[in-house]
Amino acid sequence: MSVNPELQGRVFPPVAPYLVGREKVREFSRAVFATSPINLDPEAARAAGYADVVAPPTFAVVVQEATLAQLLAEPDAGIDFTRVVHGDQRFSFSRPIVAGDELTATLTVASVKNLGGHSMVTAVSTIVDAAGEHVVTATSTLVVRGDE
Amino acid sequence: MTDIATPATPRLADLTVGEIVAEGTFPLTRDSLVHYAGASGDFNPIHYRDDVAVSVGLPGVLAHGMLTMGFAVQPVVDWAGDPGRIVDYQVRFTRPVLVPADDVAVVTVVAKVGALDADAGVARIDLTVSSGEVTVLGKAQARVRLA
Repeated sequence: MSVNPELQGRVFPPVAPYLVGREKVREFSRAVFATSPINLDPEAARAAGYADVVAPPTFAVVVQEATLAQLLAEPDAGIDFTRVVHGDQRFSFSRPIVAGDELTATLTVASVKNLGGHSMVTAVSTIVDAAGEHVVTATSTLVVRGDE
Repeated sequence: MTDIATPATPRLADLTVGEIVAEGTFPLTRDSLVHYAGASGDFNPIHYRDDVAVSVGLPGVLAHGMLTMGFAVQPVVDWAGDPGRIVDYQVRFTRPVLVPADDVAVVTVVAKVGALDADAGVARIDLTVSSGEVTVLGKAQARVRLA
């Protein structure tokens, strides 16, 4: 089964807000071998001009994840979760994510391409803060393998 | 938005395209994958269970692509001196990093200046990310805001 081409252009409802916790940022930082004191130490982060510890760039995927779950669960999408491979990932920041941020992500399906039995879905999740200001856009290209 | 440059912060004008600015070596074990699973919430069992990985046709347990993307940028963060200087970061997942149950998979990162945009105040840093002599990420580029 190929991915429903009518998915292209679809905008999903925003997911529930994600509150960025200091300890979550520190835990994630250690898991990706981040050693910058700005990721780990609130005092160092404040000295660098931030309100609290700064998340590593790829922490945005944790906020994005709920939007990808929405996509995979969409009844008419035709995306078989067990056949999905992560192709590309990009994060484009207006500012870094900082502990204390309340972030809301909204998914748009930018494109659906069906070629040679495989499908490529480009999912763009726009993440804004509590004031509605843009923080980061997370873009994933998912490759859905066709039947062998 | 902060822009506190310390004396150690690299300056755009001092950089040359092609120059290596940072390198890193990351020894991955199964513990690393379990730690990342918990921290990220990605509990796909292909990243910690051999039987599940083999049942879906993989040669074995592999590292989360997002884990590799996550640490590959860290040498650049340390060079830039502030994670907030990374304004854009992209990768293509080209080959899996297999992590055996009883051994270490070593991933190396070499970060070179790919392009300089003086008007935007941004350096594009290109990453070569390898495990066992093969590159595992393609088009891995971090854009770094510098004075």
